[in-house]
Amino acid sequence: MKQLLILSGKGGTGKTTIASAFIKLAEARVYADCDVDAPNLHLITGWSTEPEKTDYYGLPKAEINPEKCIGCDQCRQNCRFEAILVEEEYKVDPFACEGCGVCEYVCPVEAITMVPAVAGELMLYSDGKKVFSTAQLKMGSGTSGMLVTEVKKQMKSAAIDAQLAIIDGSPGIGCPVIASLSGVDMVLIVAEPSVSGISDMERIINTAAKFRIKTAVCINKFDTNIEKAEEIEEFCKNHGLPFIGRIPFDAYAVKAVNNGQTIVDLDCASGRAVKEVYERAVELFLEEKIG
Amino acid sequence: MRTAVLSGKGGTGKTLLAVNLAAVAKTATYIDCDVEEPNGHLFFKPEDVQEEEVVVKIPQVDKERCNGCRKCVEFCNFNALAYAKELIAFEEICHSCGGCVMVCPEKALTEKERVIGKIQKGTAGHVRIYTGILNTGEPSGVPIIKKLLAEENPEANKRVFIDCPPGSACIVMESIKDADYCILVAEPTLFGVHNLNMVYELVQLLKRPFGVVLNKCLEGENPAKEFCLERNIKILGRIPFDQELGRLNSNARIAAGESEEYAALFADILEAVRREVRHETVADS
Repeated sequence: MKQLLILSGKGGTGKTTIASAFIKLAEARVYADCDVDAPNLHLITGWSTEPEKTDYYGLPKAEINPEKCIGCDQCRQNCRFEAILVEEEYKVDPFACEGCGVCEYVCPVEAITMVPAVAGELMLYSDGKKVFSTAQLKMGSGTSGMLVTEVKKQMKSAAIDAQLAIIDGSPGIGCPVIASLSGVDMVLIVAEPSVSGISDMERIINTAAKFRIKTAVCINKFDTNIEKAEEIEEFCKNHGLPFIGRIPFDAYAVKAVNNGQTIVDLDCASGRAVKEVYERAVELFLEEKIG
Repeated sequence: MRTAVLSGKGGTGKTLLAVNLAAVAKTATYIDCDVEEPNGHLFFKPEDVQEEEVVVKIPQVDKERCNGCRKCVEFCNFNALAYAKELIAFEEICHSCGGCVMVCPEKALTEKERVIGKIQKGTAGHVRIYTGILNTGEPSGVPIIKKLLAEENPEANKRVFIDCPPGSACIVMESIKDADYCILVAEPTLFGVHNLNMVYELVQLLKRPFGVVLNKCLEGENPAKEFCLERNIKILGRIPFDQELGRLNSNARIAAGESEEYAALFADILEAVRREVRHETVADS
């Protein structure tokens, strides 16, 4: 199974809109949403059944037993995350605690234990023919990269025989993005024609290059700034990156999304353009197979 | 007075709002905590930029002393250490807790510094601009955000605007930890509302006073507005869907500096924030 990951660097460029259209066009039987921080793909993939839900445990969190604590302050002095609060008694700030276990180690009276903590929820939609793996990270949690890895594991373990898996990624270049990059065969970057969009695109391209993953670029809403769109194409040409299409700004796209539909469910300009982008993306995939 | 601008979903207009609010305030500091994809500096084009590296501590092994007991490997909850013929540290995964150094019975581990990014400080007119930049390939910008927010010690009346990363994970939590007020920026789509709900829960969890700015507003239905009305959430202002504003913004121009109409639009939102903050302060005392 080959994996196509959709990324953008900048948020809100249209990753999910394009991923959902690709899923529809490919009649994809395996797909995932790795934007565990702010997942949205489930809103437009039309599952009427409830997913199978599993608690995701991140790293454990420290807990102080006030009965045993002697207030020696060792835990606070050694915690690098400022997670030990001293109020009437010693307490752990669960949002600051990263679960390293140093406080437990230094406590001379065994007042601290590391307690398993739910950091999110995995969801698996499945009807025997197709699967959709997604998750929601708990507010303020810090192990999004690990949860992304779980989402991909869950997707693969569903063991549906498919040639292509489509994965919607998260914005940025940090841990969830890095975790989503592992093991994918191609990255499609959805760029936005703006000064910010170009800066962010360059940073995500550099990140993907560190993992030596084949990367193609398309532009969404290209007609909102034609000059910047041309700059993006020029950049791709200069860096030897396949440029696989332009999608216009389209009020119908917003309508489709707000109706829980993909842009290829409607006959609209953005839908037609994304179809071309999809076909070229598939061509690039096949190319790799021969080479 | 620290105001954080956040949104859950990316691309809703956090930077647009934070940059323009700083531009219409009399004196202001703009802090870009979106260290994975910082963009505010592209708008301000700050001058006299001073740069400082951000480092984290990671373990280094004295191979002569290491006897292969693996106590550090067992201790490390982040799986940043492995032993295969010799001790290997996966530097990017290390959380810098210092635990491995503590548990080593042979004193074979010490800490060294590793650069993960940088901070830039500059000025554009009456605005001080602080930018955090994470190096590509690095997983966590949290140490950069911590340093950015510790740098700034504003005088009491100075206005600080914190431009947050998207999402609702640890990096957002870190960015709004010391904020006095949060502005949630929402766009009128199903995705926008779903992600607005997440940051809405986050600010409630952290007990931060907040209000919403509706961006990209079109005529007709606005699911984000309905969300706010249903929950009695303060709407601080609305920014219309406007091609000219979009064009200026995509060219990294500060709209408030380009026309009186836009300056007034953002000044009104700033005034609404001021009123809310005053209200909060009164309510607290």
